[in-house]
Amino acid sequence: MKLQKGTSLALYSVLEFAANPGQQLSAAEIAEKYGASTHHLAKVLRELGRAGLVESARGVGGGYRFSGNAKRLTLMDVIELFEDISTRTGESDEFDASSEVGRALGAVMAEVDEIAKATFRSITVDTMQKLIERQRRAVTEAQTALKE
Amino acid sequence: MTKAQAQGADIPELRVRSVEAADLGQVIAIDAEVTGLEKTDYWYELFHRYGGGRTRQRLFLVAESGDVIQGFIIGEIRDWEFGSAPCGWVFGLSVRASSRLAGVGARMLEAVCDGFRRAGVNKVRTLLARDNSLVLSFFRSQGMMAAPFIPLEKDLD
Repeated sequence: MKLQKGTSLALYSVLEFAANPGQQLSAAEIAEKYGASTHHLAKVLRELGRAGLVESARGVGGGYRFSGNAKRLTLMDVIELFEDISTRTGESDEFDASSEVGRALGAVMAEVDEIAKATFRSITVDTMQKLIERQRRAVTEAQTALKE
Repeated sequence: MTKAQAQGADIPELRVRSVEAADLGQVIAIDAEVTGLEKTDYWYELFHRYGGGRTRQRLFLVAESGDVIQGFIIGEIRDWEFGSAPCGWVFGLSVRASSRLAGVGARMLEAVCDGFRRAGVNKVRTLLARDNSLVLSFFRSQGMMAAPFIPLEKDLD
């Protein structure tokens, strides 16, 4: 399952904002970090704002901050704001369903997609923060071990 | 969701301990509340096999606050299934609906994992329906990731 660029940007943004609750981050900071255009990111942030996941602060130093519930908001909730993967079956366009082989390959892809969707539905933003922290610690520990 | 629900119930003096026969009525009720099925025989059979701290390999624990059972967890150590080194398996977990978001599940999982560690294993696994997002999310929040196994099935004609 491949996510669209805007969807990936939305996930990056939500996770960046949620990692810094109460703190304002500018669109430019996030755009630079993830190599996106500020124009594209602005569109993504508007959509996240409409969904109540981020709120913008006007004026000098204005930016965005997280306004969702990190313990309840799942990756799927964010993804579905930008694309409808819940009905994607894997049989749609990658393989020709008019052939036996295409239908069988489609069935395999559908299996892969179902697992991906269940994964997105089960991981909250809060869980992602914990995962990011664990990975950060593992890298630090590996670097420390290398120095010793 | 109300603010109180979002913050979770306030449960005083939660204690996790081995299940006792007198707890089974409440355990059956909690399970029936979630599944819609009252499986009395099944729970007595499970109690017989896993209850009372009979072996270090099998754990059937409850979370208790006052006289109220808030939830239960069941696990066991399985050895060398399909080449897997001995590891802990959690195959039952439920929390009273009114007591969710208060850390009851986390406390029970912690206790069962402590039991697994004491028995000498360093890995815990579980298996859930793909559409059980609530419980999947819980286990994910406790740091569990996809295991290197794929469950398979087929209809038997």
